[in-house]
Amino acid sequence: MTSPGEQLLPINSNGDVVLVRQQVRAVAIQAGLSLVDQTKVVTAASELARNALVYAGGGQVKIEVVRNGVRSGLRLTFSDDGPGIPDIEQALTDGWTTGGGLGLGLSGSRRLVDEFDLQSAPGEGTLVTVTKWSR
Amino acid sequence: MGAILTVQSDAGRRRIEELLQQHEEHVLKRWLEIAATTPGGHTDRGDMTARLTEIYQALRQSFLGSGDTSDLRGLLAELSRSRARQGFAPTETANVVFGLKQAVFELIEGDGDTEGLKGFIWFSRTIDDLGLFTFESYATAREKIILDQAEQLLELSTPVVKLWEGIVAVPLIGTLDSARTQVVMEKLLQTLVETGSEHAVIDITGVPAVDTQVAQHLLKTVVAARLMGAECVISGIRPQIAHTIVTLGIEFGDIVTKASLADALAYTLRQSGVQVTKGRGTRVTVRTEEGD
Repeated sequence: MTSPGEQLLPINSNGDVVLVRQQVRAVAIQAGLSLVDQTKVVTAASELARNALVYAGGGQVKIEVVRNGVRSGLRLTFSDDGPGIPDIEQALTDGWTTGGGLGLGLSGSRRLVDEFDLQSAPGEGTLVTVTKWSR
Repeated sequence: MGAILTVQSDAGRRRIEELLQQHEEHVLKRWLEIAATTPGGHTDRGDMTARLTEIYQALRQSFLGSGDTSDLRGLLAELSRSRARQGFAPTETANVVFGLKQAVFELIEGDGDTEGLKGFIWFSRTIDDLGLFTFESYATAREKIILDQAEQLLELSTPVVKLWEGIVAVPLIGTLDSARTQVVMEKLLQTLVETGSEHAVIDITGVPAVDTQVAQHLLKTVVAARLMGAECVISGIRPQIAHTIVTLGIEFGDIVTKASLADALAYTLRQSGVQVTKGRGTRVTVRTEEGD
């Protein structure tokens, strides 16, 4: 707990992914997101948390409520110290996977949220920041 | 900690050992009385007496012998475990152990000799160690209970039910991880064989979010069932889930999906050639086409 309305959760096991989902849902409700938007951001959080777990062996997520004028939203920052992504454009292509999944996690997450930012370089870990605004 | 026990305190230690031997009956009796005053300590007095007597003997053995505390720790762990299962707080269990300090201290106080007091410091440290050990055992026991429950939940939450002759359903509830899906898939395939069913309904009404992993697990289950000659219908797709699946870009291909379990049942009944017609009043007549 770094400041009110902001929390840091570890992602080190499948159980942690479940906890992240539950916490994101709780905060999304608090931020006033609609049921559809809640489900979308929870699903995106699930994808990104699992990516951190599967590809980087673990990481952490910062969950915070953000404001922009009258609109409130939910910002999630996933960070890990994993191997990083060599080709970001390729990683964001539908159907591209190195882990035996559907290859829609990263690209799908980008569509599920309003703002998506991915910073990564080989050997330097990955930082994904997503924001979902209430409507 | 061992280095602190100098020659000087050795005399005190021997004194404590003597006291524990000479006044065994008295100390034990006091310890039991003190243990009984801790919350929950009075439950099952007979069991407690037997346990504390055993622990007392093991403690004395560990002092006399080579300092081997494995027996003693085994007994304490057993005490912790049984109390964890009964739902006692770890503090209560540790307090039972700490009670021995008070019992021995009263003895020394009455005696009034300095050797005993010196020894008591050593004795107190030993008991503190053992008390902390019960804490650890308690946590371990609790973790074991939680693991067991998680396993039971895994079993509990995945029933395969028969809806009709030739139609089975799996109502999925909660999070679908790899372990859960594995259990679901095995159970479903097994039930398809046992009941000779050709239709299966996988209901995801109780699944809070469908991400790519859940979708992939579902798709694999459907394909596996297909290989066995059974058709699967996925039901319970709520609006927000449908929205999310479309945005994510997951393709369910030619797999039949329905909004509710009722729709899925109606569909599979039709597929297996069963006609459900509403009769006059509230009576529902069921007629199988092959039957006529």
